[in-house]
Amino acid sequence: MDYLILIFQLIIFPGFLFTAVIGLVISWVDRKVTAKVQMRVGPPLLQPFYDILKYMIKETCVPEGASKIFFLSAPLFGFAAVNVAALIVWQSIIHPQAAFMGDLVVVLYLLTVPALSLVLGSFASKNPLASIGGSREIKLIMAYELPFLLAVLVPVIKTHSIRLADILGAQAAVLAPSGILALVVAIVVMQAKLALVPFDCSEAETELTGGALIEYSGPALGMYKLTRVMLWVVMPLFVMVVLLGGINLNNGWQGILAGIGKYVGLVVVAVLIRNTAPRVRIDQAVRFFWGKVTFVAVAAAILALMGY
Amino acid sequence: MSKKTIIPIGPYHPLQEEPEFFKLHVDGETVVKVDIELGYNHRGVEKLAESKTFEQAVYFVERICGICSTSHPIACCQAIEDAGEVKVPERALYIRSIIGELERLHSHLLWLGLAGHFLGFNTVWMWVWRYREDVINCLEIITGNRNHYCMMKPGGVRRDIKGEDIPTILGVLNGLKKPLDLFYKTVNQDPVLQARTRNVGILTRQNIIDYCGVGPLARASGVAIDVRKDHPHAAYGMVDFKVITTTKGDVFDKVDVRILEMFESVSIIKQCLEALKKTPGPIDANPAVIKAGDGIGHYEAPRGEVIHYIRSDGSNRPARHKIRAPSYVNVATNRTAVVGQSIADATIILGAVDPCYCCTERMAAIRVDNGEKTLTADDLIKLSWDKTSRLRKELGAAGPVLPLD
Repeated sequence: MDYLILIFQLIIFPGFLFTAVIGLVISWVDRKVTAKVQMRVGPPLLQPFYDILKYMIKETCVPEGASKIFFLSAPLFGFAAVNVAALIVWQSIIHPQAAFMGDLVVVLYLLTVPALSLVLGSFASKNPLASIGGSREIKLIMAYELPFLLAVLVPVIKTHSIRLADILGAQAAVLAPSGILALVVAIVVMQAKLALVPFDCSEAETELTGGALIEYSGPALGMYKLTRVMLWVVMPLFVMVVLLGGINLNNGWQGILAGIGKYVGLVVVAVLIRNTAPRVRIDQAVRFFWGKVTFVAVAAAILALMGY
Repeated sequence: MSKKTIIPIGPYHPLQEEPEFFKLHVDGETVVKVDIELGYNHRGVEKLAESKTFEQAVYFVERICGICSTSHPIACCQAIEDAGEVKVPERALYIRSIIGELERLHSHLLWLGLAGHFLGFNTVWMWVWRYREDVINCLEIITGNRNHYCMMKPGGVRRDIKGEDIPTILGVLNGLKKPLDLFYKTVNQDPVLQARTRNVGILTRQNIIDYCGVGPLARASGVAIDVRKDHPHAAYGMVDFKVITTTKGDVFDKVDVRILEMFESVSIIKQCLEALKKTPGPIDANPAVIKAGDGIGHYEAPRGEVIHYIRSDGSNRPARHKIRAPSYVNVATNRTAVVGQSIADATIILGAVDPCYCCTERMAAIRVDNGEKTLTADDLIKLSWDKTSRLRKELGAAGPVLPLD
């Protein structure tokens, strides 16, 4: 029975289906807000669902000379990882007692897999534009992972625990100065992890015409898009759990509303950043993450160690 | 060194939707060499023009390009007038300049939007194109068309600008001031935009001279070349304006020059409208025959100098018609500007030339079998007239009479 419950949790609630539906709605919000900012009308509510549906019924073309196994399995890695990550993060909110030691580290690992699967797929497709997109993605991962780890380290230092539920149970890290710095770093890294402007160098539609994803079509492309959509939920949620106190389900409606408010706030910040900045060059992005962002992240970690 | 990767941009440009082919030879992210291949869109325009009468030829060269659709006709008319020694009435000269400057406004706005899109700054793209609509509406009020205005003819212009429409046009121009200020401020203050455009794709003064660059591209590198000033044509000798130049020659300067030129364009149009009130008279010299002879007409198109050469043998058709568009010289500058830059910068540098590959394609016939309504050319023209008259009602302008009903 335990296995059946786990499978239910993974596939329906709060894993794949639940997260994907929220993600698709949020991606509609993103598109609608973007459209409003740009003086356009924007798509109807169900458009993201139609898009995914359409990907599923289209043909998947494998380019000649591409490594078929890697090309087709790459999207699955990212998709599977984001599903498990979604389950763990949600569980830490819904069933804190069920959380296991070290789930924080597992989630950190799982959150890098979507980007790595993109790299794998892009190199497997044997397209020069895709391989440039893939190499940019590698550079980006190397650039943003260090500051992101440092930012996550802040609540770990404060609570002396690498269990999400413990961090969630303690006071929200953002209430301290170190937590505020960590939040700023996390928001910037989130922008890169969600591949949004100004850090969408790997897909750069206007430079690489889709870059890493250029050769993908049909369900395989749909899988990447779905992964991205679910990241729209998992990333802000993870940042909320480690830094903002997550969603408090014990406080009734107020707690849930406050949680939704935090989530929407993070999404709105991401959407606004993406609409008010041009894309940076990859060298500028790397310098930005290794310079300013890492500096702020180190400062946050030191402050946390000093007890602030 | 191992084999270099070639990044193809084209043969059909993913953004500009025009046929050209840039082969970027890259080493990692750095471009080491660029091959430029043009000529995918050869249509035999010059030969075709020789089979048209002079009046038809003007109408025909308007179809060379959808963006500079009044630059070619003005240059062509001037070439014909030069060959036939036709004197154009003053009022027609002012109207030519007004249409020409309105076109420059919408063309520069189009480019500015595209530049934003190249940099992934889609908000700029959408905003700029939103305000470009105002300019295009203004053109539709005056001429009846958004593009392809059909205003020019040898010896003058086809339609007059009525006195009662001048306030509407001025209203549109005054409405542009705020957005233009906003764009200028955004470009000059946004730190990320600066990081992406400053010191990128530098063309020195010497580069421009070597490549014979023209237009805003040359002016951004400090070469004050502007046909409107150097060889005043249309009404440009009778109005006051500055030739905008900057010194650096990077992408930022190219943006800057174009935005500042738009302010000048607005000022030129205002002066012309003022002069129009005081200059009554015919708008067309109606030349009966074009004498035998050679004529050269050049016009400062939004992208630089466009030259038309016409030889008349005294018949009603050009014996020879030669056209040189500004992009022909400007695109070649990419061979210097792109090398040594990263791929990310290459796209904006290639775009900063504001290339125009002389692009209009003919209408494609589509067979519709599933009971959908098929619109004929006449239906489309009717729809367009309806829209124009609706627009005029909204903006309270009269404009030239439409052949409705």
